[in-house]
Amino acid sequence: MKPRTALSLVAAAAFGLAPLALPGWVMFLLTLALAKSVVVLAIALLLRGGLVSFGHGMFFAAGAYTVGLVMKWFGLQEALILTALGVLVSAGVAALLGLIIARYRGIFFAMLNMAISMVVYALLLKLYWVTGGTDGIGIRTPTILGMTPDRQNLRLVMYYFTLVLTLPAFYAVDRFWNSPLGFMLRAVRDNEVRVEYMGSSVARVIYASYIVSGALGGLSGILTGFSVGHIVPELAYWTTSGEFVFVAVLGGAASIPGPLVGSIAFEFLKSYASKYAAYTWQMTLGIAMLLIILFMPTGLWTIYDLLTRQVRSWRPSSKPAR
Amino acid sequence: MTVPIVILLDGVLYAAVLFLVSAGLTLVYGVMRILNIAHGSLYALGAYAGTFLVVVYLRTGGPAPFMYLALLVGALLAGAISGPLVERLLLRPIYAREEVVQLLVTYSLFLILEDVMKLIWGVNPYYVAGPYAFLGTVSIAGVRYAWYQLLLILVALGTGILVSLAIRGTRLGRMMIAVTADREISAAMGINVGRVCTLAFTAGAVLAALGGALVGPLIAVAPGISVEAIVLAFAVVVIGGLGSLEGAALGALIVGIARAAAVQLFPEVELATVYLIMVAVLLFRPRGLFGEWEVRRI
Repeated sequence: MKPRTALSLVAAAAFGLAPLALPGWVMFLLTLALAKSVVVLAIALLLRGGLVSFGHGMFFAAGAYTVGLVMKWFGLQEALILTALGVLVSAGVAALLGLIIARYRGIFFAMLNMAISMVVYALLLKLYWVTGGTDGIGIRTPTILGMTPDRQNLRLVMYYFTLVLTLPAFYAVDRFWNSPLGFMLRAVRDNEVRVEYMGSSVARVIYASYIVSGALGGLSGILTGFSVGHIVPELAYWTTSGEFVFVAVLGGAASIPGPLVGSIAFEFLKSYASKYAAYTWQMTLGIAMLLIILFMPTGLWTIYDLLTRQVRSWRPSSKPAR
Repeated sequence: MTVPIVILLDGVLYAAVLFLVSAGLTLVYGVMRILNIAHGSLYALGAYAGTFLVVVYLRTGGPAPFMYLALLVGALLAGAISGPLVERLLLRPIYAREEVVQLLVTYSLFLILEDVMKLIWGVNPYYVAGPYAFLGTVSIAGVRYAWYQLLLILVALGTGILVSLAIRGTRLGRMMIAVTADREISAAMGINVGRVCTLAFTAGAVLAALGGALVGPLIAVAPGISVEAIVLAFAVVVIGGLGSLEGAALGALIVGIARAAAVQLFPEVELATVYLIMVAVLLFRPRGLFGEWEVRRI
């Protein structure tokens, strides 16, 4: 077994056994962190192609509102069907927007995402007879495979539900990055022209990645909606998207565990910090992001890389120190 | 019959403010090739500084007409202090970096400035109607309109003409054009590119702050106006073509009137209308109306 696989299995087992050791409020934060790590992953996926989206809140909201509205209108309760529907809708939204957005890079890509997410926000806010406006929509406890979780175990059940959908998402993105399409995306960041010379279509690579990214953003919104139990237009607001980008940069976009580590660190930090720094939260994020971009370009994961390099250098088989 | 007139007048008014903000955005982009996401924050900074100075001035009990001076001084201070500071400290180190890095840096600045303004001026909205009420109103084709609003349109028009004359007619303006066209060759010809960049960025910041300060008395100055400004200004420069001043003017008119029409007719979809127009323009002219057609890099 490769060390990578072993490490992933150990991590998965640790997440699986976590509820045995941790108190309820920690489990709730962990559920949120897991749910949000998926949208961070979606942003990291695009960052690999040199694309940054300041508007992934819209996919987050698309997934969550699909679940909320379908529940409200049709009384559908089954979590798996709702999740599938929400992912489909957000992938559809990405496929539609991607027709235009995938033609652009850099500034245009970033700003179009941000701008359209603000349009989505405005619509969610103002079409109150559909979306409930600022009040949002309450999400009732869903049934999972036809079973209704009872009240005492609800938190635990939602944790496992989130975990069971989050880990495969990470696995899928790992596979995506190691697929021909994933390598193409990385090549786009390095040199677009050469990708075209090799006979691949840059626009098609970006379009496909954008749809995958949108679907992941939707999944994340759905999971968050289920565990919070309430959805509001702020899900699509620019500060929400900004936090996602921040976490992607914090965790380091170049690695698979980065978004997960970043997301967990961020969720705990936020639950403490927002109590003391309601007016300076945004500023703290901005300053931290600046420092990370300028001095630690691969994020928190840098620390891990440095450590493994240290460990390797201790091994007798490695090259002797110069 | 009054609705079309209201749409036209309001539209031109929105356009005037939008033009000031997007002219700054497009100027900075032209010279530095950086789209400053924090540009909306400079607009908000101008709005806060301007209205704040008016409040302070009115409290001293000086003669009322000078409050317009206070408004302008606020805008100038906000732009002239924040501009060089941001350019020197934040943007200069990242000119040679990847575009993603530049985007993330200006975005971080956007996040930071949002809270800086909350810390200085609090979260409660500022209503400063003094400059607006002082001039009284006029009736245009049966619609009551404030003189201040007409004045604002004139000031924007004058500023636009002044800026385009300054860019084409003065030595410094021509240096900016040279740097826009080719940074390296300009440097080789002996132009101090760094100084031109600082000046261009400061000019852009002053324009944004001026837009904010002028519109301050007409709106509630509160957190959230910066994102509104950048989102609309972005639509304007994209419609007009990034880097083009004429484009910004035309784009501002289109967006302004579209927004006024949407506000009057379908207020729910105000922002969506603006973006639908932008998408329509992009479908037919991907570089905007006045944008240069770049040779496709394969």
